[in-house]
Amino acid sequence: MRFKTVTSPHILQDTRVGQIMRRVLYAMLPGIAALTWFFGWGILINLTIATTVALLAETAMLAARGKPLALHLGDSSAIVTAWLLAVALPPLAPWWMTMIGVLSAIIVAKHLYGGLGYNPFNPAMIGYVVLLISFPREMSTWLIPHGLDQPQAMTFLETARAIFNSELPARFAPDALTGATPLDVLRTRLGLGKTVTEIRNSPVFGIVSGHGWEWAALGFLLGGLWLVYTRAADWRIPAGMLGGIAVISSTFYLINPQHYAPPWFHLWSGAAIFGAFFIATDPVTACATPRGRLIYGAGIGILVYIIRGFGGYPDGVAFSVLLMNIAAPTIDLYTQPKVFGARHR
Amino acid sequence: MNALKRLFPFHGGLKTVRHKAESNQSPIQPGILPARLTVPLRQHIGAMAKPRVQPGDRVLKGQMIGQPEGYISAAIHAPTSGVVTAVESRPVPHPSGLPDLCVVIDSDGEERWMDRQPVDYRALHPSELRNVLRNAGIVGLGGAAFPSAVKLNLGGQSEWLETLILNGAECEPWITCDDRLMRERAAGIVAGLRVMAHLLEPREVLIGIEADKPEAIAAMTDACAGTGYEVRPIPTRYPSGSGKQLVKLLTGKETPVEGLPVDVGVQCFNVATAYTVHRAIDHGEPLISRVVTVTGHVRQPGNIEALLGTPFAQLVEQCGGYRDGVERLIMGGPMMGFALHSDEVPLTKAANCILAASAAELAPEQSVMPCIRCGACVEACPADLLPQQLYWHARAREFDKARDYHLFSCIECGCCSYVCPSHIPLVQYYRYAKNEIWAQEKEKEKAELARRRHQARLERLEREKQEREAKLRQKAPGKAPLTPGPSPTRGEGSPDPASSSNP
Repeated sequence: MRFKTVTSPHILQDTRVGQIMRRVLYAMLPGIAALTWFFGWGILINLTIATTVALLAETAMLAARGKPLALHLGDSSAIVTAWLLAVALPPLAPWWMTMIGVLSAIIVAKHLYGGLGYNPFNPAMIGYVVLLISFPREMSTWLIPHGLDQPQAMTFLETARAIFNSELPARFAPDALTGATPLDVLRTRLGLGKTVTEIRNSPVFGIVSGHGWEWAALGFLLGGLWLVYTRAADWRIPAGMLGGIAVISSTFYLINPQHYAPPWFHLWSGAAIFGAFFIATDPVTACATPRGRLIYGAGIGILVYIIRGFGGYPDGVAFSVLLMNIAAPTIDLYTQPKVFGARHR
Repeated sequence: MNALKRLFPFHGGLKTVRHKAESNQSPIQPGILPARLTVPLRQHIGAMAKPRVQPGDRVLKGQMIGQPEGYISAAIHAPTSGVVTAVESRPVPHPSGLPDLCVVIDSDGEERWMDRQPVDYRALHPSELRNVLRNAGIVGLGGAAFPSAVKLNLGGQSEWLETLILNGAECEPWITCDDRLMRERAAGIVAGLRVMAHLLEPREVLIGIEADKPEAIAAMTDACAGTGYEVRPIPTRYPSGSGKQLVKLLTGKETPVEGLPVDVGVQCFNVATAYTVHRAIDHGEPLISRVVTVTGHVRQPGNIEALLGTPFAQLVEQCGGYRDGVERLIMGGPMMGFALHSDEVPLTKAANCILAASAAELAPEQSVMPCIRCGACVEACPADLLPQQLYWHARAREFDKARDYHLFSCIECGCCSYVCPSHIPLVQYYRYAKNEIWAQEKEKEKAELARRRHQARLERLEREKQEREAKLRQKAPGKAPLTPGPSPTRGEGSPDPASSSNP
């Protein structure tokens, strides 16, 4: 009898890249639900546009590169990129903006660098930064969250018209719908010389951080913890990033609590939680060594705080992630684990 | 029972499927005597044994048919009585698939033993005792088949041994031969262990057994009563049975990179090896049989104490034959064993398991995806390597960099491949890189040899020239030498391009 010869090991664990990616999608659901509750249909419409464009772009690029379509589309990585970008966009972002962002992410940041596994920069964040630099006004105009000033929520049709035709419903006053984000409010008013306590009295703030936002953060925290629990994300990266934010924001808060927001506000604001569990944990662009991942996360956290406090943008997760992406190979080089037996030399 | 003593877990490792129950339920059965035995002369690491028989010779059971050659070698014996019909190259179970020199014996069915002489090991000088073991063909039966006499000689390596470890971990899935042996022949194992301890004089003797073998642990604990040897149950975590990992687990000591456990005062043997030492010393029987697990997709999985040289096909037959759909025949376990082309190969000292695998036992074939650097391999690696980094460099043929990332610390346990969500055959890349590096080193050695030969030739020519001149001078005294100026010094300015690479 003749047998096939294949090299060991002959058994494998049943995990697939696609499984990990889909776990990321599931883990985003609670946060997406909270965002939808507070910011309306726009979130879901953006997600749909982004997913469609991402899948079309991914298919086209895979075909152009001569890769097997079913195998690579099955890894769901394009959908993950689309979702990560879509939830970061303002709920009423015009459709073409979402499209430009997704195309930059999938075509330029992912496939032109060699596709899944070869891209040095986080594709979703490249897409986001392209939009932030090109359309700063649109990117900083967020809907006012549900339950705040706004008398009635926009209907699905009104939202769709706003996104596809740039028509805002006539029944709302022009500035009754949109406003600055809590981090933006904090930034501008601190610039005007107000104290943190005064600013915190503004109705845009809720229990811990921004009204509405804080619930989305809770949703993403729950999903993120589940990701860590199922080992789809390495705990070291969110631990490093949130730890980094906590340490630097506490330091400044202790120096001057009237001029610097408290650490819990920073941890719970903007994209800190979402970024820590979902953006920074993209393994392709992060560090690969265990110690390196802690440092990588901490670096992002510190940069986020610096950009928020001293930079030109209200939040800085995207820039921080991209900056640390550049540093990742170097960090990896210097954080190699001691090989078994090296401790005795 | 044993209180759980302090253990020192190694990094990484896996909880794999176990599949022990298939074959560990029934006692070890004696192998059926085959009509023809094919006994390879290289069943161990080191030099091949030199054949001592010719076709036509009659041999007795246990008679030495291959003599150890050189220090790292072991003897080979006739597993039964009969007639030598051939001494020639035959297929053997080896990853290369290449044939090797074998002694073929047609059994006479009488099983007539040679004269067996038990040995009083206390009365012998250590070197004589080691020689007895070497001539009895004792090698490590855990799979590596390293000649045991060499490991039982501390020589100048260290004055005394801290710990002697007996490895009964048996961490690979499916394999149960050591489990059964410990359950059924614990006293024999301990008797052999006593001989080893006599030679090595360790301060402590530890027996590591994975906790999923409670019967074996109990049997060994009973057998060790009054000896001072300690049975230590260890967590069921692959690859706890790998030598260096077991040493770490039990003693906390890490074997240095490219070193041996003996460098940190520990020596490690398989339980089955200890048993064969007992047979050799207390019964005068050389190593001519071993217990092998035959399992997987066969009708009656079990353990057989079979004569070395028995064809795999016959062992499978004794276990009821293949069930339908066997795709792969694996010697060893599913994590580190290698797939054989054919079952027409003989049982060797290194063969602890024959695993007939169908699609049900194997991983479904998966398409390889790009590495997403998820780090699952880093978490799993028991050698604390960065497998994904090694993979990038091996793939790019950057062998120097692969070396910088400690390629040669890789024990090829397969943990990284097992957990890889992209199904990259990582271990295969490491083997490839290692082989390329070895090939390059051989090339270098060859070049160095050629360079030295060339230099020697130049020297010889120069010497001959000077001798000729001296003769000329003798013939014609008073005349000046023909060549003006000083003669060129050796090697210098030679046209040999290789000399520039001379360190």
